[in-house]
Amino acid sequence: MWKCFSTRTSRCFSTSASNKALKWWDHVAPAPKDPITSVTEAFLADTSPTKINLGVGAYRDDEGKPVVLQCVKEAEAKIAGCDFLESVSSAVSSKLVEESVKLVYGKNSDIIKEGRFAGVQALSGTGACRLFAEFQRRFYPESQIYMTDPTWSNHHNIWRDALVPERTFHYYHPDSKGLDFSALLDDVKNAPDGSFFLLHPCAHNPTGVDPTEEQWREISYLFKVKNHFPFFDMAYQGFASGDLDRDARSIQIFVEDGNVIGCAQSFAKNMGLYGHRVGCLNVLCNDAKQAVAIKSQLQQIARAMYSSPPIHGILLVSGILSDPNMKALWVKEVKAMANRIQSLRTTLRKSLEQLSSPLNWEHITNQVGMFCFSGLTPEQVDRLLREFHIYMTRDGRMSMAGVTTGNVSYLANAIHEVTKFG
Amino acid sequence: MNPEMASPSSSSDRRISVLARHLAGVEMDSKNDSISAFPTSGSDNNSVFSHVVRGPEDPILGVTVAYNKDPSPVKLNLGVGAYRTEEGKPLVLNVVRKAELLLVNDRSRVKEYLPITGLAEFNKLSAKLMFGANCPAIQENRVTTVQCLSGTGSLRVGAEFLAKHYLQRTIYIPQPTWGNHPKIFTLAGLSVKTYRYYDPATRGLNFQGLVEDLSSASSGAIVLLHACAHNPTGVDPTFQQWEQIRKLMRSKGLMPFFDSAYQGFASGNLDADAQPVRMFVADGGELLLAQSYAKNMGLYGERIGALSIVCKTADVAARVESQLKLVIRPMYSNPPIHGASIVAAILKNRDLYNEWTIELKAMADRIISMRQKLFEALRARGTPGDWSHIVKQIGMFTFTGLNSKQVSFMTKEYHIYMTSDGRISMAGLSSKTVPHLADAIHAAVKQVV
Repeated sequence: MWKCFSTRTSRCFSTSASNKALKWWDHVAPAPKDPITSVTEAFLADTSPTKINLGVGAYRDDEGKPVVLQCVKEAEAKIAGCDFLESVSSAVSSKLVEESVKLVYGKNSDIIKEGRFAGVQALSGTGACRLFAEFQRRFYPESQIYMTDPTWSNHHNIWRDALVPERTFHYYHPDSKGLDFSALLDDVKNAPDGSFFLLHPCAHNPTGVDPTEEQWREISYLFKVKNHFPFFDMAYQGFASGDLDRDARSIQIFVEDGNVIGCAQSFAKNMGLYGHRVGCLNVLCNDAKQAVAIKSQLQQIARAMYSSPPIHGILLVSGILSDPNMKALWVKEVKAMANRIQSLRTTLRKSLEQLSSPLNWEHITNQVGMFCFSGLTPEQVDRLLREFHIYMTRDGRMSMAGVTTGNVSYLANAIHEVTKFG
Repeated sequence: MNPEMASPSSSSDRRISVLARHLAGVEMDSKNDSISAFPTSGSDNNSVFSHVVRGPEDPILGVTVAYNKDPSPVKLNLGVGAYRTEEGKPLVLNVVRKAELLLVNDRSRVKEYLPITGLAEFNKLSAKLMFGANCPAIQENRVTTVQCLSGTGSLRVGAEFLAKHYLQRTIYIPQPTWGNHPKIFTLAGLSVKTYRYYDPATRGLNFQGLVEDLSSASSGAIVLLHACAHNPTGVDPTFQQWEQIRKLMRSKGLMPFFDSAYQGFASGNLDADAQPVRMFVADGGELLLAQSYAKNMGLYGERIGALSIVCKTADVAARVESQLKLVIRPMYSNPPIHGASIVAAILKNRDLYNEWTIELKAMADRIISMRQKLFEALRARGTPGDWSHIVKQIGMFTFTGLNSKQVSFMTKEYHIYMTSDGRISMAGLSSKTVPHLADAIHAAVKQVV
């Protein structure tokens, strides 16, 4: 099949090679849609006026609109049109990393004073996890990663693409819709010494089920005994309790116990910087010298992937965190977001109870953070979509951030409709 | 202080007894013994990554690191390919400032996640910029374009896709090429071979070597091509030579992977610089293209670029795009919004676009004039050798032909910072600093062999 093009450099081109070229991609199958982002795609295409998006974990205000935080607006006005478009200077990088790491370990932590961590900015939480997974594979090529059952769907993709095999450990108890603590401890105990674990320090995604502080202490102690490596993915700091320090408590417990950890941080949700891809990866080290070595390796991995992270988001975050007034404003705004979600959890649960639902809905208020692991079956989720234009992932995970005072009754009624017969 | 060594408190006792209920299999008395000789376990607080050695400094970025440390007032940074003004300052284009203020003042703008493939408007405009507004491949929906993190990110995503789905895993890269190319492709899972490119004797293109090497490449292999303004040599094929390369590659079914980091910088004209790529699209064949806006829009730090794959049919393009998403999602989920918004704002607005082309031409012209000045300065000093390659080579870099000993000499004695392969970034020069560089080159050539 030959084609002629009437451009200046046109050729009627035909050789056997172009026939061969036809065959090169025949085997490329259409890829499965991402289970989370495809929900938003479908939602956007829906024209129903009553549609609700409870899919992706992105915060919405009570009108269901995305929010740009006030502190972010102020930070952005400061940097608009400035001379900052070069690759990130090391001064700016260090500032961001330093301020981020303070959020994890506390601003007076010895770790920070002694420089006992290797920190790099990363492309939000995904990028931080991927950098760590690649680093893990490079220096522990035979290792595996233990993930909670369930976990964020993209975690599987990240470690798989980094060629690190995964195993799961017990976490969520479908009957109680809470933590399966004894099974969790058994799995941690039975894993070979020195295993790598991926933990959610707060506001577990997708279940919203977090261990209590006492349970964290037990887990941490066991980790120390087994010499496991805990890697924390912290995407929702501030959203679990409304208090940033409290939400990092689990990590601090592990560190106090002498565990040497790694941590991925994301500013997508708690600073509303989703599209800017700002995050941080840090790995604890023996000393500042080792930190230099590890950091250089992480930078090398990043260099072959995207060279350096995008500067705009970095400037926003470091600007906010290093200015006491802006930081104070941010802390207030995070609390307000967390409070709104919390109050809608209460309202949704009450509404279902008032409808005399036969099911127990305590988990709506027991679970924390952005998500409610509703317990709805895939069939019930499909019905909510078809009959009510309510969108969520098929595992029944609802992003509570998408619930508003305006739509909570509609949502409660819809859930009741699909569950009233059990 | 190691908490385990602290004298037992009641809370520790409590924890131990609670754990005892769970840890029936673990002997509590021997908890110290259970810190076994497992390879990854350090003792007590030791990091499991204690064995990690420091990675080597990136050779290009390392130049700037060394430059920054130098206190000399006459130091010159001719390392990384970032544009500088006559005053030696980084440049934010006026048109970019305008676009940014437009964005900041638009109250309706939000910061939500972009789709995995990035900002759709940006993708369309980027494809048009390189392939031409009337490109049939675009009109026939045969092109998939995804926003990526500048050139590096576009190359990496393209390479990962090829490693997964293309039937040949070998990529041929020109010798020499940008230092990061082999690392990107190797880590993506491709096997890297080279083809002859630069001829040190002529300081020009080794066309015969290139043709020989591509002729002996295995059928279907991937070939990396610098779309214009080759980095580091500044040596580009002529149009006639490009046409021969195209014919040869198509006859062997070699897959072109274009890296376009300097569209607009080679000749000062965006369309002229796109001709080699457009030649390949016009023949109806397939190709990959990595585009970067780091240099030509001065958006270095924003990490904005695009990967395009031109396919035989619209159906193939759609399937390919869906697979690109699977590469991107586990890498960073979706690309950053800011740079894409700036580029789209400029490309879609006729006035802003025109302003941009004028500023871009001014940058290219300044570089061309630096070439001329350096050439004349060396001629004036009677520096031995033929330095005409300085004005013949194209784009941001001059491959001087100086060896690494001469380069070290110039760094040590004249505080000139450049990569050890003799590459200098012309963008780092100004009329004021040309004499100092000419002195350094003159001295190096005369004193060091």
